[in-house]
Amino acid sequence: MTTVFGVPLQALLGQLLVGLINGSFYALLSLGLAIIFGLLNIVNFAHGAFYTTGAFVGWFLLQYAGIPYWGALVISPLVVGLLGMAIERTMLKRLYGLDPLYGLLLTFGLALIIQGLFLNQFGSSGEVYDIPEKLTGGVNLGFMFLPNYRAWVIGFSLILCLVTWYTTEKTRLGSYLRAATENPNLVQAFGINVPRLVTLTYGLGVGLAALAGVMAAPIYRVNPLMGSDMIIVVFAVVVIGGMGSIMGSIVTGFGLGVIEGLTKVFYPEASNVVVFVIMALVLLVKSGGLFGRAQ
Amino acid sequence: MTTVKAAPRAELKATTFRGQKAPIAAMIAIFAVLPFVVYPVFLMKALCFALFACAFNLLIGYVGLLSFGHALFLGSAGYAAAHAAKVWGAPPELAILFGTAVAAGIGTVVGVLAIRRQGIYFAMITLALAQMAYFVYLRAPFTGGEDGIQAVPRGRLFGILNLQDTTTMYFVVLAIFTAGFLIIYRTIHSPFGQVLKAIRENEPRAISLGYKPDHYKLIVFVLSAALSGLAGGTKAIVFQLASLTDVDWRTSGEVILMTLLGGMGTIFGPVAGALVIITLENYLAQLGAWFTVTEGLIFVVCVLTFRRGIVGELSRWLKRPL
Repeated sequence: MTTVFGVPLQALLGQLLVGLINGSFYALLSLGLAIIFGLLNIVNFAHGAFYTTGAFVGWFLLQYAGIPYWGALVISPLVVGLLGMAIERTMLKRLYGLDPLYGLLLTFGLALIIQGLFLNQFGSSGEVYDIPEKLTGGVNLGFMFLPNYRAWVIGFSLILCLVTWYTTEKTRLGSYLRAATENPNLVQAFGINVPRLVTLTYGLGVGLAALAGVMAAPIYRVNPLMGSDMIIVVFAVVVIGGMGSIMGSIVTGFGLGVIEGLTKVFYPEASNVVVFVIMALVLLVKSGGLFGRAQ
Repeated sequence: MTTVKAAPRAELKATTFRGQKAPIAAMIAIFAVLPFVVYPVFLMKALCFALFACAFNLLIGYVGLLSFGHALFLGSAGYAAAHAAKVWGAPPELAILFGTAVAAGIGTVVGVLAIRRQGIYFAMITLALAQMAYFVYLRAPFTGGEDGIQAVPRGRLFGILNLQDTTTMYFVVLAIFTAGFLIIYRTIHSPFGQVLKAIRENEPRAISLGYKPDHYKLIVFVLSAALSGLAGGTKAIVFQLASLTDVDWRTSGEVILMTLLGGMGTIFGPVAGALVIITLENYLAQLGAWFTVTEGLIFVVCVLTFRRGIVGELSRWLKRPL
């Protein structure tokens, strides 16, 4: 059997794959956080809760409406995105101009409410969501077995990330978004409806989180705590990457997922903390974050 | 120039000091009578959390730093005190002091890292570092993992006072709370405290006046961590238990909620907030996750409509600082 540094190649590649999967979710979530923070100046603590909600909406659709995975992939982000927009219109809107800490506290409260409601209904053990039929099985690459579903998650996340990057950096809509991030008053004076842009941005950000939730559903059990476990790691990812750059979020997300996976192979005891240790090191060396703008 | 600068400062001192000693004395008198009316074990829990919230408020209320990982100090001190009392057989006063020192040490490390970034990043860094410690404690041999450290002996204070007696224990807790509260009160009204407020209001200006904000922030962060540790160590001795719950991010959220509800930047706010939340917890505990939902709702309502908090509104209504 082939080994690398005394570790079987199969185990190494297997954990690398798990790392890439986690990295996909880190990237999708930190991407949403970065876009929301850029325009709303709010760190969305409820992001993890929306990820959970996305997974549960997918499960509801399958359980009660018989709508399969592919439908959920479209409907769940729309439902959660609309919910997010309603929350932005009714609550977050009233915090603009205040210290951004209030936004963090409000969304933390929302996260507690959402998590508590799901816990009441489902307990902490969660529900199983089967892998869609078309993506069961896998391919034998000769050196490892690649489950189809996992390949799909990594590929689709990567496409989503790149589409989001392209939209914000290269299209007209994206240019409005970036301009409004820099100077909302001036952009408003040019006749662009900034409040609507803000609402849509929040909807888009939480919609991405819901999409990640649906993709995660068949891999982890659909459970009320999946989001809160995730969000704290994503915060560390955001501190490492800095929230200034979309591409930075994508690269940091995938990169840290892979590092976490590799740690599981070489020093499993540290796999839960490695992201936080890296965050501490980055703070010591480059306190603005790897891709952050000076502030 | 000097006269212009001196005048508002004297005025400030006069207003902030006006008659705060009487309310403090009244509060302590009430706490001294309460155990004869209310279940003392519940009150001891409330007092530990009140001190914890006051220590937390020192950061958010007076320097504007939101620490989202303060449970780290409460929980670490709890483990340290429990370990000292149970494994080393230390007397309670030394166990609690050891817990406080450990919290101060961890506070120094976290503080040095966290004050490198401001505002929202500060919150995320403290949260992440606390979560890292949580995972370490989950696996470390000395914490007992999911079980925690149980059956910690209360022992005899200074070798004389038997803490197995609930009333004795209660008055020791009240003495510790009072000492911590007065340290915080003194800090806020010292020249050091005035500089902290200056940093909160306008950091660049404080720098231009020759102050080094990072030094001040680190000192007050360590002080806050140590006082949180004092609360955590005491709590471990009172309940004879140190567990993962006290390091959990939910506990960090809870102390924020107590302070927000009671009134950030008020002296008495965190105490009032802690009493309300601990009472709620007492009644809603059997409802399980509904308590989490309730906490979330209080957060949302407070942030949207009640940002001054209970004592903040009261102070506005009475037109005097509390």
